[in-house]
Amino acid sequence: MTGPAISFQGVTRRYPQKGGSDVVALHDIWLDVPQGAITGIIGRSGAGKSTLLRMVNGLERPSAGKVIVNERDVGAASDASLRRIRREVGMIFQHFNLLASRTVAENIALPLEIAGEERARIAPRVTELIERVGLTAQAGRYPAELSGGQKQRVGIARALATGPRVLLSDEATSALDPDTTRQVLDLLQAINRDLGLTILLITHEMAVVRDICSHVAVIEGGRIVEAGETYAVFSKPAHPTTRSFLTGVTGVAVPQFVAGQMRDAPQAPEAEAVVQITFIGSHATDPMLARLTSERGISVNILAGAIEEIGTRPFGSLIVALPAPRLEESRRFLEEHGLLTEVLGYVG
Amino acid sequence: MSANLIPILWQATLLTLYMVFMSAVLATLIGLPLGVFLATSRRGELFSAPALNTALGLIVNATRSLPYIILIIAIMPFTRKLVGTSIGTNAAIVSLTLAAAPFIARLIETAIREVDSGLIEAARAMGATPMQIVRKVLIPEAMPGIILGLTLAVVSLIGYSAMAGTVGGGGLGDLGIRYGYQRFMPEVMLAVVVILIVLVQLVQSAGEWIAARFDKRAPRNRGR
Repeated sequence: MTGPAISFQGVTRRYPQKGGSDVVALHDIWLDVPQGAITGIIGRSGAGKSTLLRMVNGLERPSAGKVIVNERDVGAASDASLRRIRREVGMIFQHFNLLASRTVAENIALPLEIAGEERARIAPRVTELIERVGLTAQAGRYPAELSGGQKQRVGIARALATGPRVLLSDEATSALDPDTTRQVLDLLQAINRDLGLTILLITHEMAVVRDICSHVAVIEGGRIVEAGETYAVFSKPAHPTTRSFLTGVTGVAVPQFVAGQMRDAPQAPEAEAVVQITFIGSHATDPMLARLTSERGISVNILAGAIEEIGTRPFGSLIVALPAPRLEESRRFLEEHGLLTEVLGYVG
Repeated sequence: MSANLIPILWQATLLTLYMVFMSAVLATLIGLPLGVFLATSRRGELFSAPALNTALGLIVNATRSLPYIILIIAIMPFTRKLVGTSIGTNAAIVSLTLAAAPFIARLIETAIREVDSGLIEAARAMGATPMQIVRKVLIPEAMPGIILGLTLAVVSLIGYSAMAGTVGGGGLGDLGIRYGYQRFMPEVMLAVVVILIVLVQLVQSAGEWIAARFDKRAPRNRGR
């Protein structure tokens, strides 16, 4: 199947209010979630990302538009066919939502019991899943005896129990510390790789998107303001919301002392242009700025910068100051060598 | 206390236990489904039926507002239809059941409402039917609370059963009134009181022990 795993087609969600105008949680969402990829929806709380995610397994129904999952219209499904669709869509939660009265193994068995699986077939499947998430030693323990990271592993195993093709993640790492977050993200990535599972996650942390998402959609006020491959969105963020999320993770903000003096146009002949340079792929390690100086005699003043990995690809961002009169020449030189440049303003 | 009173006390104790046990079982059979329904039938809930929820809530409240002694008298015609007589142990069981069922329903409703709504959402996301959610999620998760609620109900029933003597139900309360009070035998009254205290203690301790066995929410303190 080559079509998208999930397709939002003009999805709107209104909540009618007593004696007032409706609250619009989602406004005309068009978004395709590719098969076998990890897609992140990032937004602040109240942006509508949670509502959007719950459309995929019919926990929320659209007021208008369609949600197509594995070529079936979820919004129009009957209760019975919706329950079948839900068995093909696993879900994990911020607060894990494990049953306190069941052991690790019994929690993982729950979706299989619900699906009416024979008892004899449940046990081996559960053992396999527990191994998959590395909790064999904890199989007989209760959730209250586990750490947050272990609980989320149980959540993941439970979500995989019925062999879904899509996994939904509702802020799955938001309640975890950075180390545990890393481990859970690694596990999600491994599952995506090994099982070819499509993962759709919502988060308010750009670091999560940077670390594991190949695709990203930015949501703000119930609208998708930007979407595409993570790499492309990170290198050329078009929307202010995306930029504000990015400054947190790429660590490239114009330093305060420069930002205060910046103008939209050069005021004097000796003014300097403030330029953001984005390094892509292998170019990130090339000494392009050094060559700009040695080959063209243009001096470059580095104001801020960071180099990270997105997925496995190096991604870096630098903010530099260049002599304004040589700006165009410098940009041409850098872009010819595969770097992206953006003029942020002028000083002086 | 003369030795010939011992068999009488023993008989009365057995009769009390019988009335309490029978009415607790019957009241649970009515109260459990009723409590589950009350906890899951408000607007937008699993079995959304707001009008029926309100109506049942009113009936439950009305039954609970009657003092037990009034209830016994008020339902006499109903009791006579059901068990053929309005006096005796079986008649007492009818009124005890009717008094305890709405009480148990409310206790179970409260226990079920304590279950984290995230668990219901998780079960729905797995494709569970509303009945599966009740059986596999709500009742098991609410079990410690349900057990404590039933314990409270049984303790109340032991108290109520003492009034069942009014309709010839027999038992410890009846014995206490007839021998202890009307025949001026304070030692019988004392024995009845002691037995009642011991019964309530036993029921309470057993209930708490069973509830703790079901409660996996707190880590167990192993090796302490």
